[in-house]
Amino acid sequence: MSKRVLSILGLILVASIALVACGGSSFECEDAIGCVSYAEGEPVRIASALVITGPNTQLGLDSQYGVEVAMSFQDTLFGHEIELQAEDDGCNAEGGQAAGQKITSDPSIVAIVGTSCSGAGVAMSSVVSEAGYSMVSPSNTSPVLTDPDIAWHPGYYRSAHNDKVQGAAIADFAFNELGLSTAAAIHDGDPYTEGLANAFRVSFEALGGSITTFTAVVVGDTDMRPVLTEVAAGAPEFIYFPVFTAECAFLAKQAGEVAGLEGTVLAAADGCISADAAAAIGEAGAGMYFSGPDISFTGSLYEDFKAEYTAISGEDLLSVFHAHAFDAARMIFACVEEVGVEDGGDLHIGRQDLRDCLSATSNFTGITGSLTCNDYGDCADPKITVSELVDGEYATVWP
Amino acid sequence: MTRSKDFDFVGLFLWVFRAVILILIVWGTYATIADNPYETRTWVDFIIFGLAQGSMYALIAIGYTLVYGVLFMINFAHGEFFMAGILTTTVVITTPLSESGFLNEQPILSLLIIAISSMAVSIFISVLTERIAYRPLRKAPRLVPLITAIGASYFWQNYFRGLFGSGIKPIPQIEILDGTIPLDFLGTTMLKSHVLVIVTTIVMLIALNFFIMKTKTGKAIRAVAEDKDVANLMGINVDQTISITFATGAAMAGIAGVLYSLVFRQVHFFMGFIPGIKAFTAAVLGGIGSLPGAAVGGLLLGMFESVGPSLFLRGLGIPAFNQLKDVIAFTMLVMVLIFRPQGIVGEVLSEKKA
Repeated sequence: MSKRVLSILGLILVASIALVACGGSSFECEDAIGCVSYAEGEPVRIASALVITGPNTQLGLDSQYGVEVAMSFQDTLFGHEIELQAEDDGCNAEGGQAAGQKITSDPSIVAIVGTSCSGAGVAMSSVVSEAGYSMVSPSNTSPVLTDPDIAWHPGYYRSAHNDKVQGAAIADFAFNELGLSTAAAIHDGDPYTEGLANAFRVSFEALGGSITTFTAVVVGDTDMRPVLTEVAAGAPEFIYFPVFTAECAFLAKQAGEVAGLEGTVLAAADGCISADAAAAIGEAGAGMYFSGPDISFTGSLYEDFKAEYTAISGEDLLSVFHAHAFDAARMIFACVEEVGVEDGGDLHIGRQDLRDCLSATSNFTGITGSLTCNDYGDCADPKITVSELVDGEYATVWP
Repeated sequence: MTRSKDFDFVGLFLWVFRAVILILIVWGTYATIADNPYETRTWVDFIIFGLAQGSMYALIAIGYTLVYGVLFMINFAHGEFFMAGILTTTVVITTPLSESGFLNEQPILSLLIIAISSMAVSIFISVLTERIAYRPLRKAPRLVPLITAIGASYFWQNYFRGLFGSGIKPIPQIEILDGTIPLDFLGTTMLKSHVLVIVTTIVMLIALNFFIMKTKTGKAIRAVAEDKDVANLMGINVDQTISITFATGAAMAGIAGVLYSLVFRQVHFFMGFIPGIKAFTAAVLGGIGSLPGAAVGGLLLGMFESVGPSLFLRGLGIPAFNQLKDVIAFTMLVMVLIFRPQGIVGEVLSEKKA
C-alpha cells in the first residue's frame, strides 16, 4: 500500500472520529457501570433466555409468549419500539453460560427476561452481573439464586417464588392434609430440583415427619427402576420428585411397576406441569399430586393477557410461568420508563440506575400479585397450590 | 522388560490405580453386605432390571461390532439407527394401531407390524448413510470416516427432530404387556415387557449367529472382515457385503428400539445418544469385533449399572449413589482397557486390524 493511500485513509479516520465527537450530543453517561443508548428510530432491545428446545420447550415458550404479550401491551418506550432477541437457555448450566455470553456481547440490549431453569440461571447470572446487565427470571425458583452466600449476584431478580416457600407448602400438604409421616425425595442434581427437594426435606422434618431416602436420578436416564427400588426399601408413604418433564414422567410410570411402592402417594412439582408432561405421564398420573405456583389468576388484566397470548401464539396456555414472565417484562419496562433519559430523539438508560430501580420495586401490581423486591432479588408474591391430573388437565385440590 | 534399566512410573501408577479400584469395590461390597439394607428379592429385582437393560445394550452393540469387524471404523451414527427404530415405533403404534383399537385386538400381529416397520426404517437409513457418507471415504485415513460418522449422527438427530418435533411423546401401553408374571422360585415377579425383551434378544442373537455362521451371505461377511482384497478376488461383492453388514446391525438396533419403546413408553429424538454410547462401551467391554463379546458386554454392563450402585457405592457411604451409575459403567470400561485391552471375550487383533 502506498504512502499516499495510507495518508488518505488516516485523514478519513481522523475526520470520522471528529464527526462522531461533535455529533451534537450533549448527553454524558455518568452511570457507574455504563449506559445503553438508542438513537432516534432505533428500537429498545431486550433479550430473553428461556428453554425453547428439548423436552422442556413448553416451559420456556410459555414464558416467551408472556414476554411478547407484555411487549405488545407496552407498545413503545419513549417513542422507541421494543425488540426481543430470544435466546435458548438449554435448561442447563452450559446453555445459560452461552446465552449469557451471547447477550452480554451485544451492548444494545438493556435487560434480560430469563432464565427458565435455575441450573441455567446460576451460570448466567454471574456472566450477566459481571457485564453490568440486569436479568429478571420468570421461573427460577432455586433458593440458592437469591442467597448471597451461594449464588446471588447483583443485577439478578426474579418474579417467580423461592422454593423455600414451595418446599414448605408441599411438606405441609403431605404431613397435615394427607396425614403422612414418612417420605422420600428424589432430585436430579440440578439446582432447581435439588433446592426444592431439600426445602421439602427440611420442612417435612421440621413438621415431625421422617425422610426415609433422599436420592437422585441422572438427567437423560430412562431406567428409574433401580432408584425406585432403593427408595422402596425405606417403605415411604409419600415420594416427592421435583424433577423435569422426561425424568418426572419416567418416575411416575415406573413407580407403579416397582414392588413395595403400590400404595405410595407420588408428587412432582412445577417442572413437570405442562401439556407435554400430562401426556407423557398419562394414566400413571391417577392419584398423583403436583405442587406449583397458583395460576388461578383473576382480573381483567389476566383476561386481556390470555386473549393476546392466544392471538400471538395460536395456542392455549402451555405451562405455568407465562404470567410471571409478563410481570418480569413489565417490571423492566416500568424501570426503563423511570430511569430513561431523553436527549433529542435519543434515549439513554444507565445500567446501575436500572438495577437501583428494579431493586426498589415495591407493591408493583402484576398479574401474579403485588411484587416487592428484597435486597437479593426475590420479588415474587408467592402463592403455592397443589393440583391433581384429571383427564389430562391439572385441577387444583389444595389449599 | 525395562524394569532393570529404569523405574516405570506409568506401570506403577496403573498398578496403584487397579489396586485402589479393587479395594474400593471389595470394601464397598463388604460394607453393603454387612449393613444388609435389602431383602434377597430386591437383589433379584436389580439383576432382572439389569438383564433387561443389558439385553437392549447387547442388541445395539452388535451393530458397532459388526461394522468394526468389516471396516475397522466406529460408526457413531449407530445410536441414531436405534433412535429411528424408537420413533418409528411411536408413529406406528399411536396413529394407525392404537387409535383404531387394532393394537389390543391383535397384539401379536401389531407387534410384528411394529417390528418390521421399525427394522425397515433403521435398515434404510443405515444403508443410506453407508452409501452416501462412508463409501466414498473408504480409502481415506481412518479418522476421516470417524468424524463423518459423528456428523451423520448429528444429521439424523436433527432430521428426526424436524420430523417429530423436539418434545417428548408418550407411547400407549399394550394390554398383553401390562402387569407382571410371578417368578415363585425366585420369590419375585417380572414385568411382562421385560420378559418380551429378554426372549426377543435371545431369539435375535440365535438368528444372528445362524445368519453369520451358516449362510452364504454370513460367510461373505466373515470373508470381507478377514481380508477385503482377497474376498474381492474370490468373487465376493465387497460393497454389497458391507451394505448387508450395516443393514444387519441396523436391524438389531431397530428391534432394540422397539423393545426400548415398549419398556419405557416415552420417547424423544435425543434418546439414541446415551444408549448408543453405552452400547459402544458394551462392545469394547466384550471385545470389539466379536459378536459373543457384544452380547456378553451388553449384559454385563446392564447388570453392573443396575446392581453396582447399590452394591459397591452404597457401602462407601456415597449419597444419591444411583446418580453415579454412569460412573460405574465407564469405570468398568477403563478397568477392562487396563486389564484386558482386547475385551472380555475378544481376541488379540492382528497388526492390520488393531
